[in-house]
Amino acid sequence: MEILRYAIYRFGTMLLTLLVVSVLIFWIINLPPGDYLSNQIAEFRASGQESLVAKAEFLRQEYALDKPLWQQYLIWMGFLPGPHGFSGMLQGNFGWSFEFDRPVSEIVGDSLWLTVLVNLAAVLFVYMVALPLGVIAAAKSRTMIDYTAAFIGYLGLATPNFLLALILFYYGNKHLGLPIGGLMAPEYEGMPMSWDKVKSILLHLIVPTFVIGTSGASAMMQRLRANMLDELGKPYVETAVAKGMRPSRMLAKYPLRVAFNPFVADIGNLLPSMVSGSVLVSVVLGLQTIGPVLLQALKSQDMFLSGFVLMFVALLTLIGTMISDVLLVLLDPRIRYEGRDG
Amino acid sequence: MQPLLSVENLSIGFGKSEPVVRDVNFSVSAGETLALVGESGSGKTISCRALLQILPRAAQIRSGRMLFNPNGDPVDLATLSSRKLRHIRGNRIAMIFQEPMRSLSPLHKIGNQVAEALKLHGRISDSDAKRRVLEQFERVGFPNPDRTWRSYPFELSGGMRQRAMIAMAMVAKPDLLIADEPTTALDVTTQAQVLGLMKELQQETGMAMILVTHDLGVVANMAEQVVVMHKGRVMEAGPAAPILRAPAHPYTQKLFHAAPKIPDPVAQDRPVERDLILEMRDVAKTFTMRAGKAWAAPQKVQACAGLDFSLPRGKTLAIVGESGSGKTTAARIALGAEAPDAGGQVLFRPTPDATPVAVHRMDRKQRRAFQREAQMVFQDPYSSLSPRMRILDTLSEPLEIHDIGGASERRDRAGEMLKMVGLPTDMLLRFPHAFSGGQRQRLSIARALMLNPSLLICDEPTSALDVSVQDQILSLLEDIRDAQNLSYLFISHDLAVVARIADEVAVMRRGLVVEQAPPEELFHNPNHPYTKALIAAQPTPDVNRPINLKLVAQGAGSPEHWPEQFRFKGSDAPPLVAMSPDKGSEATASGHKVRCHV
Repeated sequence: MEILRYAIYRFGTMLLTLLVVSVLIFWIINLPPGDYLSNQIAEFRASGQESLVAKAEFLRQEYALDKPLWQQYLIWMGFLPGPHGFSGMLQGNFGWSFEFDRPVSEIVGDSLWLTVLVNLAAVLFVYMVALPLGVIAAAKSRTMIDYTAAFIGYLGLATPNFLLALILFYYGNKHLGLPIGGLMAPEYEGMPMSWDKVKSILLHLIVPTFVIGTSGASAMMQRLRANMLDELGKPYVETAVAKGMRPSRMLAKYPLRVAFNPFVADIGNLLPSMVSGSVLVSVVLGLQTIGPVLLQALKSQDMFLSGFVLMFVALLTLIGTMISDVLLVLLDPRIRYEGRDG
Repeated sequence: MQPLLSVENLSIGFGKSEPVVRDVNFSVSAGETLALVGESGSGKTISCRALLQILPRAAQIRSGRMLFNPNGDPVDLATLSSRKLRHIRGNRIAMIFQEPMRSLSPLHKIGNQVAEALKLHGRISDSDAKRRVLEQFERVGFPNPDRTWRSYPFELSGGMRQRAMIAMAMVAKPDLLIADEPTTALDVTTQAQVLGLMKELQQETGMAMILVTHDLGVVANMAEQVVVMHKGRVMEAGPAAPILRAPAHPYTQKLFHAAPKIPDPVAQDRPVERDLILEMRDVAKTFTMRAGKAWAAPQKVQACAGLDFSLPRGKTLAIVGESGSGKTTAARIALGAEAPDAGGQVLFRPTPDATPVAVHRMDRKQRRAFQREAQMVFQDPYSSLSPRMRILDTLSEPLEIHDIGGASERRDRAGEMLKMVGLPTDMLLRFPHAFSGGQRQRLSIARALMLNPSLLICDEPTSALDVSVQDQILSLLEDIRDAQNLSYLFISHDLAVVARIADEVAVMRRGLVVEQAPPEELFHNPNHPYTKALIAAQPTPDVNRPINLKLVAQGAGSPEHWPEQFRFKGSDAPPLVAMSPDKGSEATASGHKVRCHV
């Protein structure tokens, strides 16, 4: 029950943080002078297209861009009624993308869950690769196995992702017949979910997962190896050996449990760095994830779109840290029982 | 009778270098205790770890046999397959390590870790294993075995963790127990109790024991056989009693003389000191601990209360107590690093006729001046010197901070101080890792002396050192004190160390001074049960003076269980009462104070 209470408390602080983050995001995207519409209006005026100016002016009022900034923020969040009553993020209305002339939710809809999918796959990949490799490298430290693992790891860290992507696409396609670019075969786009579509998506996921995950995995492997080496020198490991444990079981039961903490704590950091770090990769790989959308929106000052994407990334980060915090409390009794009298 | 274990011509080396253990021979029979004695680096730990092949990876056994013979069918542990060796580890030969704080996994419950020793070596049901572990917990003195089963290591004190380690080693009923400095990290009263427990368990089960220690006092209390090691070789071996009575080898003699001893009574007239360098009046310190939950009220913990000390110039005042007794808090308050609770006063006189500085409420300028006068020597010479700074930089840093002298003057002063602490001046450009523990402690003394202070606060300066090195450091501190007319506030958990250097000793327990007297008076006329327990628990290298466990248990218990006259509960302590001079003796018992009901 203790743990449930902690989770609830942690959820509360998460919401609070999210609120603060929303203020910051709104402030930052409004830092550059002007907004999408006022830029457009200036452009129309210069070229004498008065009819279009009227339409833009109308939109400005429609989306309350003529109001002071703090009111704009409250309307955007849905704390204050806008021109059409309460209709902000809280009410599920994410705003209008001026550049695409469509609602934000329509633009990001698909790429939202594709982003989650790609990143989830990458995170799983990171953990599945880093965990065994890190442990083996530590257990066999200063042997050929360790050096080989480190070499591959550094290769992964040092190779630019887009380059890796191109190489993998070329050879993957040539030798294994893997698809190039995109997240599904073109014929499935916009189609309802079907078994064939899932297969196509999974097939398309292989290369992106590998590309996005490699550097994270090698970094994490090195960290796990270092942590494990620290732990292996501790007296409790000796105690376990003196008890007569088999090395493999001893490794898994004692040092790994302790070395695992930073590993878990990393979940929170992994998510955002993957979303923002994978922009370039997404462009190169032609993935319809949210990264390229964000880049475009920021460039053209499409404020509602970029605001929403940033909020989404922030939410991912916060959820990641929350998960890792709750997991840590579950894993480590020292954190759990802090303050309990011995 | 065949010995249970006999080690023949054992040599161990690292990599390709010279062996660190050479031609070591010893044997131990069932029911017998063998002590391996030596200083750090003597090879005693490596030799006993070799038995179970728990060695650093680079170390190999070069030659020798280790015959283990539990049932008339000897096996050589040196050549055993790792599979068979695993069956012996923890089952036939168990081991206890030095640091109970770190020898248990912090993330697993005690019950789980102890029961594992049983489950690894035979088919045993969970409920049977738990029953046997609980029995063992009860046997090693856990008041509530069920609770211990569910506890995590960090919920237990050091002594209790070592009991858990003993339970883990004993639960499989081994034929041989190897204890590697099992009590070095413990308070002296806890040490006495743990040693007593190990001895009892040995008598019950008839197992053999190999005890690795640097403390001849422990040897005298525990061992029948002794092997003295130095630089990887056996110096002297044989039955304990004759060796301790008349050590034949010069190295054993040296160890023997370095062991701190309780002093003989000397009648001394003590003039009343007027020139006090440091006075603490009615000092108390309460810490407020943040509660674990945001809505709960913070907890108040009293670290110490009612401290009245006066330190005459050129003298040494020692504060003795176990961990948690408040002695370090007292030192920190004396140093101005911590402010006492309102009402407490700390007065410091830099020169005999200067107006006293109120250390408890200094302003910035006063604090700066005070820092030049009062310096500290820390406990752990390994972590109190920056590994990335050359000795010269470490030593001249205080001068830089206080903006004294130019580079060449600083260098000269550093060289001078090195010479004073007995190190050659050409070591100035080295890094700390090039120095041994004793040399590092000399360095931290040199650093403390750089500003030419008048007061040194020594926080257990020798507790991390070997006995013979401890002896040297204490001599050095004495010499410097007398040469420079320094005054020491000396913090220690070891009465015997303090006996030698102190002019006045205050014994602290649970934040209160329970007895205060000059050392001769304290050792030969102790009044308080806790002081008696501390003295009784002190292992001395004398086979005829075993540790009196009854006295230890009585005095080291909680204040509610002390004899009527001294008993108190909670913060309702009796006052510190001056003792009237002993009528029979000539000595005037000046300043002997005891906390008791009159």
